[in-house]
Amino acid sequence: MSDTSLGTGTAGAVQATPRPRVQVVPVRGLPLVAAVVVFVVVSIAGNWLWALTFCHVVGGALWTAIDLFVGLIIGPILGRLSIEARAEFAARFMPKMVLLMPTLVLMTLAAGFQLALLEGNLAPSSPNHAWLVVSYCVVGVMAVIALGVLEPANIVVLVEMRKARPDGEIIARLMKRFVFTAGITGVMQVATLIIMTRVATQ
Amino acid sequence: MTAGQAAGTVVERRFPPVAGLTTVSLAMVVVGGIVMASYVPRRPPLGLPTALACAGAALVLASVFLLSRLRDFAWDRFFVVFRWALLAYVISAAIIGFAFVRDHTRGAPLALVVLMLVIFAADVPLIIAFTVARYSSPPHSAN
Repeated sequence: MSDTSLGTGTAGAVQATPRPRVQVVPVRGLPLVAAVVVFVVVSIAGNWLWALTFCHVVGGALWTAIDLFVGLIIGPILGRLSIEARAEFAARFMPKMVLLMPTLVLMTLAAGFQLALLEGNLAPSSPNHAWLVVSYCVVGVMAVIALGVLEPANIVVLVEMRKARPDGEIIARLMKRFVFTAGITGVMQVATLIIMTRVATQ
Repeated sequence: MTAGQAAGTVVERRFPPVAGLTTVSLAMVVVGGIVMASYVPRRPPLGLPTALACAGAALVLASVFLLSRLRDFAWDRFFVVFRWALLAYVISAAIIGFAFVRDHTRGAPLALVVLMLVIFAADVPLIIAFTVARYSSPPHSAN
């Protein structure tokens, strides 16, 4: 983020190249999100073991992998790009994250909780109970960071990109926040991996 | 004033700690939810979650009060973002509530879960909408 100073003054206005029209919420993705939500609700309502396992494992794997990849690989690379390059990347990347991440989180947590209940892992006598409570705490910290810091920064960047003259300083400042918090949640995902592999093997 | 100077003013303008207070409110509700969830399928003790929910509600009300006193604020943008975010988080909260009902949570624990979910569903849209609107507030609003 060494070039944040470029964001001040008229040089900060990101307008060097024709920009794609930025959609804050990609409307075409909404039916897919709705389908996933309905599938999760039906799985919970029917205590459908395979579907709950599918939602939890697939959702969790994607959530963890994307968090780690964005936080530890994409983030540092993004931090070294020019503001224009960052803005263009954000315009294409952020709308997808707006739909993808909340859907994966909902899918993983809702199915996981029901799965744990169904398999008796929530019972106080279960050896997995303490591990699951620790996983709630890890997820709780990630939820507060994601919902209180990361998602608002994501939306502000997208709204800024829709303006006739987006300001590079605002985008750089919020992308920095986005990348930093994505890094924290990425590291916390390592704790989740340790906990979940413990739970699966006890 | 150039666009860049105007933008600099927006970044530097001091706002009341609406996002901070609401994030703390969210954290309290999340901790309360963790305490409740850690007792499932048993009946949880309600003292600590109730205290956390009340503190969370007080903080979000304080945020709304501080927000209501703002002048020269991008209210149109705030309400557009708030409306859509509220819709998304009401759906999320409803699914979490459904899971608790499905797992036979009843009576006072269910009422407390619903209260926490209401606070959660208000907190997140408030944080998002405030953060968006503060960067769109005058003098930047001409954009």
